[in-house]
Amino acid sequence: MLEKDKLKQLKITATKIRKHIIDEVYHAASGHPGGSLSCTDILTILYFHEMRVDPENPNWPDRDRFVLSKGHCAPALYATLAERGFFPVEELIKFRSIESYLQGHPSMKDVPGVDMSTGSLGQGISASVGMALAGKLDNKDYRVYALLGDGELQEGQVWEALMSAAHYKLDNLTAFLDHNGLQIDGKITEVMSPEPVVDKFKAFGWNVIIIDGHDYDQIINAIETAKKTKGMPTMIVAETTKGKGVSFMENQAGWHGSPPNKEQRDQAIAELDAFLAELEGE
Amino acid sequence: MADNTVKKIATREAYGSALAEFGGNEKIIVLDADLSKSTKTDTFKKKYPERFINMGIAEGNMMAVAAGLATCGKIVFASTFAIFAAERACEQIRNSICYPRLNVKIGATHAGISVGEDGASHQAVEDIGIMRSMPNMTVICPADAVETRHAVKAAIEYDGPVYLRLGRLSIPVIYDEATYKFEWGKGITLSDGSDVTIIATGLMVHEAIAAKDILAKEGISARIIDIHTIKPIDEDIIIKAAKETGAIVTAEEHNMYGGLASAVCEVVSQNYPVPVKVVAIKDKFGKSGKPAPLMKEYGLTAEDIVEKAKEAMKMKK
Repeated sequence: MLEKDKLKQLKITATKIRKHIIDEVYHAASGHPGGSLSCTDILTILYFHEMRVDPENPNWPDRDRFVLSKGHCAPALYATLAERGFFPVEELIKFRSIESYLQGHPSMKDVPGVDMSTGSLGQGISASVGMALAGKLDNKDYRVYALLGDGELQEGQVWEALMSAAHYKLDNLTAFLDHNGLQIDGKITEVMSPEPVVDKFKAFGWNVIIIDGHDYDQIINAIETAKKTKGMPTMIVAETTKGKGVSFMENQAGWHGSPPNKEQRDQAIAELDAFLAELEGE
Repeated sequence: MADNTVKKIATREAYGSALAEFGGNEKIIVLDADLSKSTKTDTFKKKYPERFINMGIAEGNMMAVAAGLATCGKIVFASTFAIFAAERACEQIRNSICYPRLNVKIGATHAGISVGEDGASHQAVEDIGIMRSMPNMTVICPADAVETRHAVKAAIEYDGPVYLRLGRLSIPVIYDEATYKFEWGKGITLSDGSDVTIIATGLMVHEAIAAKDILAKEGISARIIDIHTIKPIDEDIIIKAAKETGAIVTAEEHNMYGGLASAVCEVVSQNYPVPVKVVAIKDKFGKSGKPAPLMKEYGLTAEDIVEKAKEAMKMKK
C-alpha cells in the first residue's frame, strides 16, 4: 500500500496531467482526449513512481523504456514527460502546431523523453520487443514498458509481437492494455471484438494480471508482480474508463478524437480544479 | 549470361558471407523471417548464433523489432525477400525505421524477375521505387559479389536506414577485389565512351558491359556507369555523362516506373536534358520460368540495351 501522502501526491500529479491533456487538445483544436485520460493514471505511476529515468539525460542507455503503442494518446505522454521535467510545461499548449516540436503523434527525434516514434497502431509493441531483446543481449537490467489500446488489438501485428515476446521469454517486458472498451466508431465489441482478451494473452504465452487501471495500489502491485515473474512477459489488463476524470467525456466514444470547445474546456478544467482543491485540502 | 568461364556468385551469397566476415562488431544483430537459408543470413548465424534472431514468418513485426533494437544502439540487419521487406512490411519500414531514422539495414534478397521459378508473387519489381520515395532511406543495389561485400561494409559504417537490394541468381563477378573501391553515393565509370552512356544497376551492369562490346563492333563508343547507390544518387556522374555523350540508356531489373530510370530522369531533366531511353520491365508482373529466358522475354538483355542505345542516339539534337 502506498503511504497516504505519496498517494495524494501522485493523484495531484495525475490531475495536473489531465488538465494539461484538456488544454493541449483545446489549443490544438484536434487530438485525442478520451484515450489520453484513460491511461493517465498508468503513465503517472510509471513516470513518477516506477521508471528509472533521468530528465536531464533522456537518452541514458540504462534507463527504463516506455513505448506508447497507442501513439494517438500523445497528449497524455507529453503532459507526463513535461511534468516529469523532460521539457517545459509551457510547450504543451503548442501541441500539434508548426512552431512546436510536439508532433501530433510521438516522435522520438523531436520530443525529449520519447523512446519510440509511434502512431501507426501495432508497431510500438513490436519496437518494445526489440528493446527488451536488446536488454537481454546486453545483460542490462533496464525494463521495458509498453501501453496498448484495446482497439489496437485489431491490428494483426500486435499478435505477431506478443508471440515473439513470449517465444524469447522477455520477462523484462511489461505491457499494459488500456481496456476502456471504446474506439472511434464505437464499442470495440461491436466494431471488431478482440475479446476474450485475457484468454488470448494467456494463450499467447503471457503472464496476465487484471486490475482497475485507475487504482494506484493495484497498478503498482501489478508492476511488482511483473518484475518478479521470470521467463515470460507480463500483460497488465487495466480496466479503465475512457475520458476518465471529466464527467461529460467519460465512456463516450465521441471524445476519442475530438477537441473540446471553449465552454467544454472550461467545464473540464473546473471539474479537475475542484478535484485538485479537494485533494490538496485533504 | 552464357559465359561459363566467368566466376559466378549470387549477391545474396556475398551478403551472407560479408555479414559473417564483418560480424565481429558486437553491435551487429541479424534478424530473419524464416528464410535464413535463402537470404544466406545463416552464414552469419553459424558464426554468431547469439546475435542471430529468427523472427518467424512475420515481416511487419520483424521490421519494428529491428527498430526497437536500433534505439538501443544496435546495428540491425533485417532480412527477407524483397517482396516481403519493401512491400509487405512497407509501412513498418516507413513509420518505425525511416521516420525516426533508425540504424536498420534491410537485406532484401530475391529482388526482380531473376528469382525465376517462384513466379510473380515472389518477384519484387517495385521495391526500388517504393524504398527510394521514403525520406531518410538509402538504396543500394550492387552489381556483383565484390560490390556487395563492400556495400555491406559501407552499410555497417553508415548510421541510418539502408535498403540493400540483392538477387537470388548467380551472376558474373565483374570487379576485382584487389582494386575495387566503394564510395557511398558515387557511381563507377566502368568504361569511358563518347556516343552514348549506359547507366545500369544490379545484375544489369554486366549486361551493359556486354552491350558496350556489341556497340563497339558497330563503331559506337558507349560509356558504362554502375550506379550501386540509387539513393542518394550520384548527380555529378549523370550530368557529366549527359553533357559529354548527349544520350543515355538506363538498365535495371525493375518496373519502368520509380526505379533507376526515374532517378536518372529526375537528374537529367532538371540539370541537362538529353534523351533517356529505358531498359526495364514494361509495367508487367513477372512469371515462372528459368531466369535467362525470363530476362530475354522481359527485355532485359544486352541486345535490348544495344537497341535502346541506338534509339537514344537517334534522338540527339
